[in-house]
Amino acid sequence: MRDSGQLLLVTAAGMVLVASVAQTAVAGPRDVRIAVAFGALIAFGELLRLNLPGDRESAPVGFAGALGYALLIRVGAHPVDDAAGQVVTVTAIGMIAGALPHLAAGRPARVRGMALRLLSVACVALVFRPIAGNADVVKNWGLAFSLMTSLAVAAVLLEVVLTAVLRVDEQRARFRVALVDEMRVQLPLGAAVAASALLIAFAAEVMGLAALAVFTAPLLVTQVAFRRYAGIRATYLQTVRALAKVTEIGGYVEVGHSERVSKLAVAIGRELGIHEPELLELEYAALMHDIGQLSLRDPIPGGATVLVSRQDQRRIAELGADVIQQARVLGSVAEIVRRQNEPYRETDTASLPGAAWEQGAAGQHGRASGSPLGSRIIKAANAFDDLVGSSLDPVRAAAAVQRLRLDTGSEYDPGAVEALSRVVARRSLIHL
Amino acid sequence: MGKLSRVALLYVTAVVAAAVAVLVRGPFTGLGWSYIAVLGALVIISESRATQLRQGRLSWSPSSTAMLASVVLVGPVGAALVGACTAVALRRGPSVLQRVFNTAMHVLSAYLAGRAYLALGGHVGLPDASSFPRIIWPFAGAAVTQVAVNHGLLGGVLWLTRDAEPASAHAGVGLSARLQLSDLGYGAFGLLIAALWRVVGPFAPVLVLIPFIVARWAMAQFAEQQRAYEATMGALCQAVETKDFYTRGHSERVSRGSVMIAREIGMRGARLEALRYAGMLHDVGKLGVPTKVLQKTGKLTEEEYQAIQLHPMQGLAIVREIGFLDEALAGIMHHHERIDGRGYPTGLAGDEIPEFARVLAVADAFDSMTSTRSYRGARPVEEAIAELGKWSGTQFDPAFVAAFVAAIRREGWQRSAGEPAAAGGGLGAPSTAGPQDERSAPAVQDRDDPAAPQRVDSQ
Repeated sequence: MRDSGQLLLVTAAGMVLVASVAQTAVAGPRDVRIAVAFGALIAFGELLRLNLPGDRESAPVGFAGALGYALLIRVGAHPVDDAAGQVVTVTAIGMIAGALPHLAAGRPARVRGMALRLLSVACVALVFRPIAGNADVVKNWGLAFSLMTSLAVAAVLLEVVLTAVLRVDEQRARFRVALVDEMRVQLPLGAAVAASALLIAFAAEVMGLAALAVFTAPLLVTQVAFRRYAGIRATYLQTVRALAKVTEIGGYVEVGHSERVSKLAVAIGRELGIHEPELLELEYAALMHDIGQLSLRDPIPGGATVLVSRQDQRRIAELGADVIQQARVLGSVAEIVRRQNEPYRETDTASLPGAAWEQGAAGQHGRASGSPLGSRIIKAANAFDDLVGSSLDPVRAAAAVQRLRLDTGSEYDPGAVEALSRVVARRSLIHL
Repeated sequence: MGKLSRVALLYVTAVVAAAVAVLVRGPFTGLGWSYIAVLGALVIISESRATQLRQGRLSWSPSSTAMLASVVLVGPVGAALVGACTAVALRRGPSVLQRVFNTAMHVLSAYLAGRAYLALGGHVGLPDASSFPRIIWPFAGAAVTQVAVNHGLLGGVLWLTRDAEPASAHAGVGLSARLQLSDLGYGAFGLLIAALWRVVGPFAPVLVLIPFIVARWAMAQFAEQQRAYEATMGALCQAVETKDFYTRGHSERVSRGSVMIAREIGMRGARLEALRYAGMLHDVGKLGVPTKVLQKTGKLTEEEYQAIQLHPMQGLAIVREIGFLDEALAGIMHHHERIDGRGYPTGLAGDEIPEFARVLAVADAFDSMTSTRSYRGARPVEEAIAELGKWSGTQFDPAFVAAFVAAIRREGWQRSAGEPAAAGGGLGAPSTAGPQDERSAPAVQDRDDPAAPQRVDSQ
């Protein structure tokens, strides 16, 4: 069920590939030297594939090489009229050859990324290969240039859109949110890929196959930069995750509490359509939400902050926010932690419980305390985890959700609690 | 540059006069103005960026690439005009004098690169397939000339102003030596712009530069993330220290001391970074030791001593999942081992102890000795050095003790804030929330003090 999108994608790519191989076999391979050169570049690029922030996989050099091949008009003075089928076949062979060393080293094959790229390349090849030999197009360089540019851009966009669709399927994100997030991460590198593909295609006309090597160089520089960026992002998250555990080692909170709260909070945030950068802030805040307890001389028994007085909760939140504030760069994370205990509605409305309930249930945010959405999500997730802990019992989980529901409108954000209940219901289905 | 000496002013004036002469003399007939317009615009845009990328080996500004492309397309005078566009750059920061000098430098280097290109037999104009590979040698000559002239002129200014800022001049020369090769590499893309111009016209520079601009963006993101990471790591380490008032700033200083030792023995790059983090995180496991044990006055029972001995392992349990740390993990786990094998947690001896752990042990002990503890005052640096020497070979690795002492003699030691002896110091130890909160237990003993022998009841 969860893999249906991916299955569909891989099947489509496989069918395109079979058709391409059949076409190439019937028509016979052309321009073998050029095909081998591009196949080698694609394999090399696949070998150097790269992980982008947010568990995204990319192979910029291989993708640019394949697109360059699909957009090729001439190598030196020699006109290239390879059929679309051959382009797809060469791309697939290159990808597989580049993926083999990864498999040998015990790393995952990442079929999905390869299928995405293959489909994008196939689309470009299907549109452009038939016109590549057309004299009218080739002579009018303005037309050829704009056509090739739009195809390269379209290919990159297609990859982004397909990835977003798959992510909707996998992570239950909203499509618009997933698309914007995907664009934010992929487009800079995508621009470099499209430009390099065009450079390879154009420069082959001036400098022959040497263009492949020459114009791979700038993209390699780009890739190195992205690798370092993705590396520090991953390290950052690992470090916060690891250091958030100090509260557990110190006996301040139950083992696994921070991680469970952060996972739940992120799931709720995704359910509510929060974008990735804010989702990351939410994750950091959730991981560190109890860090203020380090300033306590003695741990709260069991670490359940929901059981101590409201004043103590506030103090812990303040102390934690102060710690995070020290980092200066995590201002909004500190704010989320600082206000994690604020009730959804200020106490003055609590004097009219009926009215507050109705207003809260109706989702009117008129007199809400105005704490950040992240704080409200963590408040709900934290309370849920304090009640349920590491238990997977669906009955207990349902009871906890019910208890939180009773307090929506005054204590908890109804929206956050509803999202929580959906997340919990899904999870219960898995564990039943 | 600030105030210039008379000689330096004369030098700058001469450079500017030469540049003006080039620009005035021309000739301006037959120049490809459309090329100059596109490439000049490119120079203005790239020089207007507020920050130039200076990250490791990736150091580059597109303007020199554009100037080399103009050498091929429009010749020396045209290249000088493109170089002159640096004057228009909308960048705040440099003084007028700096800007004038920079512009003159670019004009001269572009012009001379153009002359070198012609002298080596290069043809001005659009290259085509027949130009390759003959064009490569004149172009390489032009690129070398440009880099050499730029660095020579810049080096001259730095040398003439070296008295004012000796440190920065020194750093500048070292930097430029490293940059020359990469400058040449990026310069090569000037030829590619020129070569592509025949096929895609003025889009050539745009297409060639997009991957680099994206790379620069990614590097800027990387630098920003790295800063954020450092700050977050520092804040979290401080949070860990709030439990123990006396060790405030300890991790930071151990980290600094370890780096001093490592530099002294020639460690660099990723290992040095990992060691720095190991220093910051070495005591993270102390959170697992009950506060009452950590702060107990008087002698410890056998059980309490064992609880303390567990802290390196608990530290390891916390940081194990931080991927890049690798070697640092071993350092954190073994930082209480002794060379004679009488340390904990595993009793390794001599070279069996990981290098990081041996470095950390020296820095850790030294900072403990030079910091105040309730049961003793801070010792002067000299006394602490003598103490390190005394235990060198039994508790500490002699090589690292020697390296540390040499580094301290040269750079000095910034001890913790609030120490009366550290007048004017205190840079290392951040003063966080008021100490009143934590001072609930006045008679606190640092139970992790490697400088004080642990007192166990049964002994």
